Order: sequence, then structure tokens, then C-alpha cells
Amino acid sequence: MADKNNQILEEVTGSDYKYGFYTDIEMDQAPPGLTEETIRFISAKKNEPQFMLDFRLRAFQHWQTLEEPKWAHVDYPPIKYQDLIYYSAPRKQPKYDSIDEVDPELLETFEKLGIPLDEQKMLAGVAVDAVMDSVSVGSTFKKTLAEHGVIFCSFSEALQKHPELIKKYMGTVVPHTDNFFAALNSAVFSDGSFAYIPKGVRCPLELSTYFRINAANTGQFERTLIVAEEGSYVSYMEGCTAPIRDENQLHAAIVEIIAHKNAEVKYSTVQNWWPGDKQGKGGVYNFVTKRGICEGENAKISWTQVETGSAITWKYPSLILKGDNTTGEFYSVAVTNNKQQADTGTKMIHLGKNTKSTIISKGISGGKSNNSYRGLVKTTRNAANARNFSQCDSLLLGDQCGAHTFPYLDVGNRSSIVEHEATTSKISEDQLFYCLQRGIDMEGAIGLIVNGYAKEVLSKLPMEFAVEAQKLLSISLEGSVG
Amino acid sequence: MNTMYTTLIKDKLLELFETEQHNIRGNATPMVNRIRKHALTRFKTNGFPTTKKESWRFTDLTPLLNTEFAFDFRNQSKSTDIEKIFTCDVYDLDTYSHTLLNGWLIYKHAPLTRLADGTIVGSLAKAMEVYPDLVDRYLGKAAATEQHEMAALNTAFLQDGLFIFVPENTNVEKPVQLINIVNAEQPVFLQPRHLVIVGKNASITLVHCDHSLTHNISFTNTVLEVFAEEGARVEHYKMQNKGRNSALITHSFFHQKENSRVSSNIITLNGGFTKNIVEVTIDGTKCESDHYGLYLVDSNQHVDNQLNIDHRAPGSTSNQLYKGILDDEAKAVFSGKVMVRRHAQQTKAFQNNKNILLTDEAKANTQPHLEIYADDVKCSHGATVGQLDPNAMFYLRSRGLCERTARQMMMIAFAGEVVQKISIDALRARITNMVEKRLKGELSICEQCVLHCNSKEPTSFNIDLSKL
Repeated sequence: MADKNNQILEEVTGSDYKYGFYTDIEMDQAPPGLTEETIRFISAKKNEPQFMLDFRLRAFQHWQTLEEPKWAHVDYPPIKYQDLIYYSAPRKQPKYDSIDEVDPELLETFEKLGIPLDEQKMLAGVAVDAVMDSVSVGSTFKKTLAEHGVIFCSFSEALQKHPELIKKYMGTVVPHTDNFFAALNSAVFSDGSFAYIPKGVRCPLELSTYFRINAANTGQFERTLIVAEEGSYVSYMEGCTAPIRDENQLHAAIVEIIAHKNAEVKYSTVQNWWPGDKQGKGGVYNFVTKRGICEGENAKISWTQVETGSAITWKYPSLILKGDNTTGEFYSVAVTNNKQQADTGTKMIHLGKNTKSTIISKGISGGKSNNSYRGLVKTTRNAANARNFSQCDSLLLGDQCGAHTFPYLDVGNRSSIVEHEATTSKISEDQLFYCLQRGIDMEGAIGLIVNGYAKEVLSKLPMEFAVEAQKLLSISLEGSVG
Repeated sequence: MNTMYTTLIKDKLLELFETEQHNIRGNATPMVNRIRKHALTRFKTNGFPTTKKESWRFTDLTPLLNTEFAFDFRNQSKSTDIEKIFTCDVYDLDTYSHTLLNGWLIYKHAPLTRLADGTIVGSLAKAMEVYPDLVDRYLGKAAATEQHEMAALNTAFLQDGLFIFVPENTNVEKPVQLINIVNAEQPVFLQPRHLVIVGKNASITLVHCDHSLTHNISFTNTVLEVFAEEGARVEHYKMQNKGRNSALITHSFFHQKENSRVSSNIITLNGGFTKNIVEVTIDGTKCESDHYGLYLVDSNQHVDNQLNIDHRAPGSTSNQLYKGILDDEAKAVFSGKVMVRRHAQQTKAFQNNKNILLTDEAKANTQPHLEIYADDVKCSHGATVGQLDPNAMFYLRSRGLCERTARQMMMIAFAGEVVQKISIDALRARITNMVEKRLKGELSICEQCVLHCNSKEPTSFNIDLSKL
């Protein structure tokens, strides 16, 4: 019985990455290396206003003074920053009026991924701003959004059309001095997404961006900025799959969210970058700085993430609860397999009165992987009546993997209540037995239990995403069973 | 600026190690001197721990080191009439009592005594002369000088402390009590070193108290190594009730073999700066390891409890429960870590830290960490920071209790969970009494200690009614 279990676990946890393919599109690249020249090149290439170039240069100067942080529970060979290519764009100038003009090879890529960009877009009702190696190639549902006054476009486009908004908000949540990777991103970011929801508008569509890394040796530096004005609502989805490449690829993105008074932002991620092969060769380094600020009263931001990919996931989507009565939520499922490593969690900084935060984190580790939850809950002296509840569970599938929990609780006043609880265990024999006894095979039983275990988080995802997330969980864990 | 002090004192210590070499080495065995040298090299490279180090992130040593400390490495172990200096006032506590004065063991008859059951208790300095083999076999084997800078420093300068050897199948009937007294006119920097070896199926209870007789600045950096052999049972109690000007760093290293059982209980009532590091290595199957802590701190006290349990062998159980009540501007840090290694299957580990903050100025930092590499385990941890339960308060109020009494009752019950774990009746009664007094605000001055100083003045209570 135990042997059989192990065998199935191995099959389940040893399955291949299904989204591995490589699109052959000509690239327009910057020469490898990082100097002030590279930054000027990127900035000039993108025809950016002066303030942007100044911002990049300031960030670059600061980055040069920093050392790469080493405290995370992850292990990787040193990154040679001077060997990376910091800019790469599809050469055929992507200025399309309709979807038909898009490179058919690209469309094929998206179809393999199941992105509802073509006909499916109507059915799915999703406005997609697909980002392929840093340059936005197609946007849909612009019209519907425009009617409501919602701005949703690529970061470069926003820089041309709405420089005042970018100037006002960029770097206010994640300053260029924030950390090593944030400074690097601020210096060299190539593109990203910008969303602006005007006062009182409930965004009629779920905004979605698919990121893909395509060219080999390209650091992908995305930058997302979401501004929700007073009383607005938006649900934003970010999903990613990357093709199999042999060398490690660095992904150091920045996501900034600003929610004003009474605004609500829901940010969902399904991350499935290439995790590397079973020997731990290759794979994406996902070192992302994500942070939101609940600026005004009653604002609410929630992060939901399903992390199944990347060789290394190292990120802490954080929230600053600045306004009174603001709410922050963090729901996460992180699956690691083979030799994947994840060190992820969140930070909840309570500054305002009566602020609330909830953290639900489910870690699943299999193979020879390591999965860590690391999180901070901080309440300052003035954050009266702050309330936090955190639950961080880990599930171990196999005796070669590791599951770790590193919570930090800093409480600075008497009226806040902060609670943390965590458990670590393997799939219970009783539950397995029950399923088997009801005629479900072992693989199905494991899938069922894992899905049930993650349900609390999956149910927080928008419907379209939930389907994909469940599919991903199946692929990550259930081998051929889907 | 601040780092200047640490550099100054580090340089001074390194210099003293050379100039005072003769005194420091004393009669230590060549093996011990080798360990010493090794530890010094570590200290030379690593220096004092800084807030950049994860386990010292919230505890800054630099302000404490900004003092002209007096160092004296001459052997001060001597025969003294202890009662003239100090008497333990827990009168019904029947123990084999040993006293450490400024880091040196003082004794009535002989520095090292053999009890009727064969147990050897006494000065470590003397034990190095009389039982060199025994000391060589154990000393420094549990105290990890790589990870712990302060333990490295202690090892480099180790001279005296308590030495206990309990032979196989021996049950030491009375608890062994160690009273650590600091009585100095000048600021002192002390580094006592204790070694406890508990043989197969033997058992012992240790009671460890820290006291200061003067209000001078003192810095005590203690290392205790406890070796629990197969089937051994060790109970360790530590009471900390020192003056505001004292800084106390205590490392307790427990090394557990098969079927052994260790429990530790650290009660911190008063003290300016306290850092307790408990490091447990479970090296055999079916061990039990229970660690409890209680800290009731006020004014600008700083207490930091660091607890690492390393499960290296399968089938063992560990349990951590630390509770604290923080008043005024007190600051408490808890960092617990449970490490379950790949082979340590069927491990059960539980970790819990609960804090109550009474003011907005108090601060609690808690980090209950789990690091697990085995899959067939049951591990859980929890941490809470909050206030007294309003429902319970309502219940008590509805029964006609005034708010003040209700609060006290709830706080006493909160602390009771840890106090009840004390198995020595006399000590438990005493601590319960102390905790009650402390929570009623009658013990917020350092003079009122567990085994209070032998002053003839009547005790005066400074009750601050506004706090209640």
C-alpha cells in the first residue's frame, strides 16, 4: 500500500510541463549588459518623456549601491546581471487596428494557451491586454471600457497618453529604493499594464493581462499600475505561462495598486512560468514586488494567487492599510514540485484605525521541492482596533520535500488582535482510505483531497480563472489525470 | 556610532584574552583550551551579534555595551559562609543549594562534593582538575559557537560555573538549586558556564535563580549545557528577577538521547534586559521535550525568548508554550523555531505563543517558525497578540465582580497555564504568589524578588492604582 502510494505520488508529482513551446518570432533586442547607455536606449526606443528617463536613471544609480539580498529560503546560482538582455520586442511593429493583423504565429501561441483573444473573447467576456515579451500586441474591449471612462492599456501607451497619471502615481507604493529587484525593475522595465478606474465606476469587465516570456536570455521586467479612484471597483487578473527554455530567466516585476476612499480592487494571479525540468535545470526566477495601498477610508484590496510554476517564486504581495476601516485580504495556493522553490507570503501593515486583514495560505509541496510561507503582520501604535487572522497550512506529498512557515507578528498597540495559526501534515490516511473505499482510485483521491484543501482559496478567484487554476493544480499534481 | 562601542569592547576582550591568558586558562584541560581558542577565533570573525542578524533583529545589544566594564579573571572560587551574603527565602524549598558569586562558585566545605547517591556537584573549574575526562567528553559539544556569537564569547572565556554529573540509574532526590548572585561595586561583565551531565535512566531537577544584590550595571552572559543520556529525565526551572540595570543573556543547550525527557520553564518577572536562548537537539527516538515560558514585563523592560528545537531523530514530541503580559513600554520578542529533519518522521511538534498587551506603548514581536523536511509529521503552531477576552470579562462583570478584580483574575488565569507546569510544590506556590503580586502591581519594583535580597528594611509596595 505504502509503495503504491509512493509510486502514484511520484507519477503525480513528476508530470511534465504541458505549456512548453517556443514561438519563433524575430526579436528586436538591446545588446546584453546593463549600463546607463542601456537605460537610455530603452527609454529612447520607447520614446519616453524626460521624467521617466530621470526616474530610471535615479533607480539605476541606487541599484548600483545595493547588494542582492540573500535571506530567503531559496538557493540559486548567482545571476549575471551583465549577461542579460534588458530589452526585447517583437520586431514587426505591433500597431494593429484589428486582431487579424497580428502575427498568426503569435495568435497560435495564445490559442495553445487558451487565451480568449480571438472569437473566444466574446464568449469569455474578458478584455485581454496580451503582453508578449514586453510589448503589448493587442487589446480588446477597449470600446466598452472607454465608455465607462476606464483606462486600460500598456504602460508605454499610458506614458504617451496619460503621463500626468503615471507621474503622479508611479513609484508611490513601491519606490525605486524599495529593494534590489524593485530598483532594477525601475531602471530597466520594458512595459506593463496600466489601469485607471475613475470615480464611482464599477468596471464592467474583468481586466486581464497574460504575460509571457518568450525570447531566451531576456529578463522580463514588467510594471503594473492600478489606480482605483473613490468608490470604484475593479477585478484584475494576471496569468502567465512560459515556454520551455534551457537557461534561467529572471522575472522581476513590480505591481502597484492604489485604492482611494471606498474603492475596491481584486487582484488575481495564476502563475505558471516554466518550473524547470525534474533535475531542477532551467526555469523562471519569479522575483516580484507587489504592493497595494488602501489610501482612503473603507478601501479594500485583495490578492489571490495560485502559484504553480517558476523554478523559484520569491514574492510577498503586500498591503498597506493606511485609511481607517480599510480591509486587506490575501489568499494563496502555492504548489511546488520536483526541484521548485517557493518563498512567498504577504505583508499586512496596519496604519489606520479599525483596519482588518485576512491571510489564508495553502502550501503544497511534492518531489524535492521546498515551499515556505513568510509573512509579516504589523500594527502600529495608532492602528487602534486592528484585526488580523492568518492561517497558513502546509501539505507534504512525499518525504523528500520541505514545508516551512516563517510568520512575523509585530504588534504595537493594546487594542489590536493578531492571530496566527498553522499546521503541517501529509495527506491523511483516513481521508485516502475513505476515498478508496468509495471506489475512487488513488490518483483521483489525491487530486480530490488536494483540490478540497485548496478550495478555500480557489473559490476566491474569478470564475474564468478558477477553471484555469483547477486545471493547473491538476497538471501540477495529478499527472495524466485531469 | 553605536557600533563603535561594540568594536571597543570586542577589541578590549581580544586584548584581555592575550594579557590575561594565564588566569583565563587556569587549570583547564588542553582540550578545553583548544575549544576556547576555536571559539575565540569565531568571536574574532563574528563579533557581537547585531540587529542585522535575524535572531537579534529586535534586540539591540549596543546600548548595553556602552559601559566601562571591570574584568577580573582571577580565580575567586572560595569557601565563604553563604548565609552571610544571602539566604533563600523560599523556606519550604528543600534543595541542594549552590551559589555563584560574580561568576565563581562559593562553597561552605569543598568546591566539589559527591552526594550519597554518587552524584557529583560543584565547581566546574575544580571538575576540570579532578574529572578531566568527563569534562572533555562533554564540554562544548552542545553549545554551538558557530550560530551563537554570545555562546562563542562565553566559551572563549569560560572559567567557572556549576558542574553536575548524575551517574546511571540515579535519581537525585532533592532539586539542585543554583543561585547566581551579582554583587559588585563596578559594572561587571560575567560569563558563567554550567555543565550538566545526566546519565542513562537518571533524573534530576534543576532550579536556577538569578539575583543582583546591588543596583550596579551588570552584564551576564551564561551558557548552560545539559546532556540527557538514554532514558534520562531533566527538569529545568529558571527564575529571573533582577534589577533594572542588569542585562542577562542565557543560553541553555539541551542534548537529548533516546527516550529522554527534558522540560524547561523560564519565568521572567523583572530585569532590565533579558534574552533567553533555548536550543534543543533531539538526537534519539521517542524523546519528549517540553518548554514553557512566562514573562510579565513592565516599564521599559526588554525580554527576548528564542527557542530552537531541532528534531534529528524520528518519533519524538516537542511542545512549546510561551506566554506574556506586557505593560507600560515593555517590549517582548518571541522567536521559536521547530526544525524537523528529513529522517525525523513521526515527529509531533507544537508551538504556541500568546501575548497580552496592556498599553499602546508596549510592543510584541513574535515569530513562530516551522521548518519541516519530513512528511509524516504533525506540526502546528499558533501565535496571538491581543487583549483579555471581552466575553469572559462580561461574564465576570455580570457575576458582580468589579472590572479591576475581573481583569486580575483573568490575567492570573492566563499566567496560570504556565505556572501550573511547575512540579515542585513549594516553588509553584511561591511563583503563583509572586505572579499574583506582580499582576496586582505590588511587585513592579525589582527589590521584591523570588528569593529576595537579605535587606533588613521593611518591604514597601509601590502600588500604582492607575494601572489597575
